Amino acid sequence: MSSRVILITGANGDLGHAIGEAFLGEAPTNIVWLAVHRRRERADNLAGEFPDRCRVVFLDVREPQAWKQAVEQIAKTDLRLDVLVNNAGIHNDSLLGMMKPEAWRDVIAVNLDGVFHGCQAVLPSMISQRGGRIINIASLSALLAPAGQTNYAAAKAGVVALTQSLAKEVARLGVTVNAICPGYVETEALSTMDEAERQRVQATIPMRRFGRPEEVAAAVRFLACPEAGYITGSALKIDGGIF
Amino acid sequence: MQNTNELKTRVRQLLVDNLMLQVNPEEIADDLPLFGDGLGLDSVDALQLVVALDKTFGLKIQDAAMAKDILKSINSIVTAIEQNSQSKPQSPGAAAVN
Repeated sequence: MSSRVILITGANGDLGHAIGEAFLGEAPTNIVWLAVHRRRERADNLAGEFPDRCRVVFLDVREPQAWKQAVEQIAKTDLRLDVLVNNAGIHNDSLLGMMKPEAWRDVIAVNLDGVFHGCQAVLPSMISQRGGRIINIASLSALLAPAGQTNYAAAKAGVVALTQSLAKEVARLGVTVNAICPGYVETEALSTMDEAERQRVQATIPMRRFGRPEEVAAAVRFLACPEAGYITGSALKIDGGIF
Repeated sequence: MQNTNELKTRVRQLLVDNLMLQVNPEEIADDLPLFGDGLGLDSVDALQLVVALDKTFGLKIQDAAMAKDILKSINSIVTAIEQNSQSKPQSPGAAAVN
């Protein structure tokens, strides 16, 4: 596989870290940019393991100017950008009747606006190169719309719709755009569950277990590989059979 | 600084190369409408053109309204490039023209 330059947002978290490791392990020529915002220690450690081809960049995904600077830095350093993984996300759950407006706005800003700004920032490079891959991490919540997640479910459903619409816009330019909808995955997002809650939720999953970040990362890597070149506009769920 | 006719030739070639048009550059008249019944370009072509004009001439087309004004014809594109290079003579895009 030839050398590629990959940018992953939310790269300090469990899933972003796993995606970074997957691309670094895929080919010794891959160059991986780990975009971080509030925390960066794990990303710095991973970059330290691969000093020649893994770099950390500060990026607040809510800010178009921050995207511009990050993409310019990548272009200046590595001359191209082949893959964008929009992985950064937050959740702030509550029933709509009790949801503070800022909880709505924050979740939409990071999870949906961030994807919009990211796609807009990288498209000129990908169009110039006549090729690129955008993979948006949505959620099973986009499809199931569970109670207590109006903000998160709306944002992630928006990501799926954005993915499908943009995929049609840029299909003939050699750029594919796909979404992944993970179900329950062993990340920091599940860390607030106690053991009883974990067992109750696992009982609802046909596979009777949570997914592993590596299993989602493998799907991301597949959607970015040359063999997946005819897949665009898809929303791939990875959920142990829930849906 | 190139003269206007040289610039028109470059823009015609840019259109043909980037949009992979099956026409000779010289067949695209200066005032031929690029969209609709003219050359028949569509919105995806416009997106490609916006990227190519920025990369080649440093002409930044910020939104759809601006694109609609500038991407009417070879003439309108060249006018925009010339105005842009006059207003920002030291910009990287302007340098790329020379």
